[in-house]
Parts: sequence; structure tokens; C-alpha cells
Amino acid sequence: MASSATKQFVTPAGKPVYGVLAQFATPADLYHAAEKVRDAGYAKWDTFAPFPVHGLDEAMGVKRTRLPLVVGLCGLSMAVIGLLFQTWVATEGYGTVVQAKPLGSWQTFIPVTFEFGVLGTAFSALFGMLIANVLPRWHHPLFSSDRFLKVSDDAFFVAIEAGDPKFDAGQVRAMFTQMGAVNVELITDDE
Amino acid sequence: MSPIQPDEMTAAKLAGLIRAPLSVRTDPRGDDGTLNPPPGQRAPLVLGDNPTFSDITDTVCGYAEKGPGKWFWPTFLLFAHVAGLMPLMILYLIITGVGTWGLNNQVDWAWDITNFVFWIGIGHAGTLISAILCLLKQKWRTSINRAAEAMTIFAVICAATFPGIHVGRAWMAWMLAPLPNYNAIWPNFKSPLLWDVFAVSTYGTVSALFWYMGMIPDLATLRDRAVLRLRRAADAAPRLPVFNVRSDMVRARFYGFLALGWRFSTRHWHRYEKAYILLAGISTPLVLSVHSIVSFDFATSILPGWHTTIFPPYFVAGAIFGGFAMVVLLLIPSRELFPGMKALITKRHLENMAKIILVTGFMVGFAYSMEFFIAWYSGNKYEQDVFVYNRVMAPFMMEWFGADRYAPYWWAYWAMIFCNVVSPQVFWLRAARQSIPVIFMVGFLVTIGMWFERFVIIVTSLHRAFLPGQWHMFYPSWVDILTFVGSIGTFLTLYMLFLRFLPQFAMAEIKAVMPAASPHKH
Repeated sequence: MASSATKQFVTPAGKPVYGVLAQFATPADLYHAAEKVRDAGYAKWDTFAPFPVHGLDEAMGVKRTRLPLVVGLCGLSMAVIGLLFQTWVATEGYGTVVQAKPLGSWQTFIPVTFEFGVLGTAFSALFGMLIANVLPRWHHPLFSSDRFLKVSDDAFFVAIEAGDPKFDAGQVRAMFTQMGAVNVELITDDE
Repeated sequence: MSPIQPDEMTAAKLAGLIRAPLSVRTDPRGDDGTLNPPPGQRAPLVLGDNPTFSDITDTVCGYAEKGPGKWFWPTFLLFAHVAGLMPLMILYLIITGVGTWGLNNQVDWAWDITNFVFWIGIGHAGTLISAILCLLKQKWRTSINRAAEAMTIFAVICAATFPGIHVGRAWMAWMLAPLPNYNAIWPNFKSPLLWDVFAVSTYGTVSALFWYMGMIPDLATLRDRAVLRLRRAADAAPRLPVFNVRSDMVRARFYGFLALGWRFSTRHWHRYEKAYILLAGISTPLVLSVHSIVSFDFATSILPGWHTTIFPPYFVAGAIFGGFAMVVLLLIPSRELFPGMKALITKRHLENMAKIILVTGFMVGFAYSMEFFIAWYSGNKYEQDVFVYNRVMAPFMMEWFGADRYAPYWWAYWAMIFCNVVSPQVFWLRAARQSIPVIFMVGFLVTIGMWFERFVIIVTSLHRAFLPGQWHMFYPSWVDILTFVGSIGTFLTLYMLFLRFLPQFAMAEIKAVMPAASPHKH
């Protein structure tokens, strides 16, 4: 995705440009900046905050994630697999008559079916979240900025990527400065 | 302009706009500013003179980076030695046989299963705090959830050991897994004992996932701090003694690997929060189901004293009760020993936990009395006999009731009643709820009481069967005792490692509930 754009934007030293990073002082400033960047029509951009700022995802216009649907389906299908597995074990694998009930009496399988469903839900929630976020990704151009590493402490950032069709480094810089950014810097992709 | 809201007032105070005396006082009996907030206002969750986000980061990361102080390693070594008893006793058990335990033909479940239920019960508070209180939007949970979740996982580890070694031939414990054994015999999914295996292992797995997921952003914080220090002082950075590696390099690699490259992107946070709510949502029925299923081990049998339908809710309430007691036991010393922690775990937090102990103590007390009611109401002589002559009847009571014999385990029963039902009643008094020594004492008594509860349920029901010829007492052997002591050591050792190396507080969550986090403030 980024490859076509990185060809377009390089620094005088020849390093490909990842994008422009702007730091804001407070969650409120970040929130308003996000609204403005969204309204300016950028597509490949993101905001960064030490904690999930309430309502910021909506201010950015992030689409609601479909993760709950995926997780629900995984949980349900694991529960069904669990029930079928137990029924198979009790009827075909090794039948044991317990209290004169039919071999495949489903009632006694409910607790383990539930556990299967819970496992499916929990694993798909964690790994679904990671996959949708394209994590793990231990290297990222943003980590090259010392300022950016303060994001895990108390700093708030907006980054517009060079891959955005509307990207123009000078224009973006000017926009951020106008919004009251504390600091604006160009991020290069060193890889 | 709308009139100022109570929350905004507190927020303004915290932000330093309105000056208020919100510093943490050291007087243990004093109010730290959270106990009696003015009517209509919420008590602040983080104390201090205008606390900032980086105050939280520095305080919490400082615990993992600087270490807690000189007391730590001697205490750790002590606990680690106690923990060493556990593998030694297990080894002794395996090479000698279960005869080394005090079990006999009649009492074939005793300390092993008591310890199992005790530990798994303690594990319940963590998920209650992280999942149920999360769904109920109880913001005060943010400063205690990480430690409680850690405690959960370590308690489950201790718990899971006991059924594994109690099977007798411990090398055959793999037969609990849903696999066909040597003779192509599959496990019996109709057995509550197998349900229990699934319930406990699922609980352990999901708790670990939940804990890890909550920790990802905080591990990233530790990573970033280490990387920044390395970039600033590349060669001057302190090195580890033996390996001659810069300690920040180790941190950057260790925390960095675990943080999975988390970069605090809002698009990531969006999915992360959704996934977190989903995990909380699924953990809620899970935490309620685990101890229910553990109770099925007993309730589905036909033994008087075990065969009751009240067991699942009774066990769950008891687990939350005992778990909160353990949370209090662990957090109160931490709060004293770690600098700055009193601003994060306020007296209000402890008072809230005292209230939960009082409520769940009532649930447990209700369950105890309901067991008696049902024994009487069912008209089942055997069940009545178990309660009266196996548990309640103390020697000095024989005269009052005209009884001809007394319950040999009366002391266990009455210890349980005193610790679990009587001792939490002091929390009706505001002064007791707000006094840290009292909360600690009650937590201690409840922990003992909850161990006795499981001992009473298991041993007093088993030790006398239908025929008097089958009556036996249970006497623990030294192996029984030292295995349990070792499990306490294991639990504390793991907890100490957590205190030393992992973020003890959910920093991102605490920051998010601070007034300065609101995007609608200027």
C-alpha cells in the first residue's frame, strides 16, 4: 500500500518519507485536531494517545469494528464443535452408560460445551484484535522519533502518512501548525 | 453555560483550578480525602497535588525499574525457599505414593481437594474485579485490577497442581486431557470431574489472556522508557553484573517482545477496547461457572452434606468473598511498602472492598443457614445428622440439646462461622471499614475461614458414612501440611516476581479515568 507513495516522497538525503507527525498538548487539542484532519478529507492517518481517549475514534470517523461479529461466530462455532466432539466421543469413541441415560444425552455435555465456547471467544477476541491491528509489528517508522516514544507516557499525536493521496508535506505541516501543534516533524522510513 | 457538574468540580480540583487539600496524609487513621467527599461529588480516584499522566507513568514504571527497596530480595528469597517445599513434597509423594498423605479409606479427599478449592476460590476475585466491575463501569477497579488478575493466575496455578497430584499416579494425569488413552478409552464427558478439568483449565487460560491483553499497553510504556534511556545514554547506561548487558537493553527486548509493537494508535485502541469488553463479557459467565462446576464435584454425589442444590451459588459467593480477602491481604502491605501507592489505592478503594467482603460474607452466611433449613425441611435424617453431629455439636452444647455425642470437627465448623460470618460484621461500623488494620485482620480471618469452609464441607461430610463401622477421623501428615505451606510460598513467590518485573497498575486505564483525560476540557 505504502510502496507507491514512498517512491513519491523522499528526503533530500534519499530516505523514504513515512509521513508527518504532530504533537498536541492535551486530549482536547488532539480531539479537535482529529476532527479537522477528518474534515480535510485525509484517508491514511492516525492519532496516538497513551490511553483510549473517549470518543476520539468517532471524531476520527473510524468505522465500527466487526470484531464482535467474528468473535461471536468463533465462540459459537467452537461451542458447536465441542458439543459434536463430546457426542462423538460418547457414542462412537468410547460409549459409557451413565445412570441408564442414552449414550449421546446432550444435557451432560453442556458444561464442557460452554467451556469450548468461552475458549473460542477469548482466543478470537485477543488474536482477532491483534490480526485486525496488524500486530505484532515490532518495527515501525514512528518509533524512530524520540518524541513519539513519549506517547506511552503523556504525549498526544496525529500522523498523516505519505501514502495518503492528498499528502503534501508542506501543506500538512502548515495545517498542523495552524491547529496549534506543539511540535511537527517529518518521519522517515529507515528500512 | 450549564451549571457545573459534581464530576467537573472534582475534576477542576484535581486539575488545580480550585485548590483543595488533596495531598495524601500519612496518618493511618486519618482520612486521605476520599472517604467523606462532599455530597454529590465523587471521591477522586488518584490522589496528589494536581497529578499528571506522567506522574502515573513514573510511579508505576518506577516500581518495575528501580525495584521496591532493600526489603524485597530477602523477602523474596524467604518465600522462594518456602515455595521449594512444594516440588520437594510432590517429588516425595510421587516416589513414595499417596499413602504419605493422611488419607484413609473413608476420608479419601482431604487437604488436597480442600487446598484445590481454596486456591481456585481465591482466584475468583481477580476476574470479578476485571470483568464484572468493568461491565458495571466501576471506575475504581482500575487501580486494583492488575494485581488482582495476577493473583488470580497464581492462585489457579497453585489450585491446578492439587488435582494433578491427587490422582495418585501423577504421571497418568494426562488422561484428564480429552485424548484416548492406551486402550483407546476416551474420558467420560458425563463426569463432573472432567467438567472440572475443563472449567479450571479454561479459567486459567482465559484469565491469562485477559491479564496479558490488559498489560500490552503498559508493557509498551516500559519498553519506550527503556529505549529512550538507551538512546540518551548509549554507553553510560548501567549494565547487568554478570552478563555485561545494558539492563535497559534487556528491558527494551523483554518488554518490547511482549508489547508486540503496540504503538497507541487510536485505530488500534478502538478494536482493543472492543476486544476487552468482549473478554470481560465472556469472563463474567465464566467466573460464575467455574466455581459452580467445582461445586458439581460434590453436589452431584449422593453424600449427605454434599448433595445440595444450593452449592453452585454458595461456592461462587464464597469464592468472591475469599478472593477479595486475599486481594486486601496483598494490597495493604504493597500500599505501605511501595512509595506513592497510597495515591493510587486510596482508602476509598479499601472501603469499597470491605463493603464487598461484608456483602459476600452475608451471602455465605445465608448459604450456611439455608443448608440447615433444607436439612430440616427435607426431613432427611442422614442429612440432618451430618449437620448436627458431624459439624455443629460442640462438647459443651451436648447438655443444652440433650445430645449423646458430639461432632469431632466442631472446632473446624465454629472456626469457619467465626471467621466468615461473625468477623466481617465489624464492617457495619464505618470506623472499622475505614481502618486499615481492621480490614487487614478481617481479610486474614476470612482467608482462614474460607480454608476451613472447604475443609468442613469435604472432610466432615466424608468422615462418617452411613454405617458407624466406616467412621474414621482424618489426621494430616507432615507431607499434607508442607505441601500446603509450599503452595502458599509458590503463590507469594510468583506474586513477588510480578511486583518486581511487571506493571502493577493498569496505567492506561488509570490515565483514562483521570479528569484530565476528558477530550471535552480546556
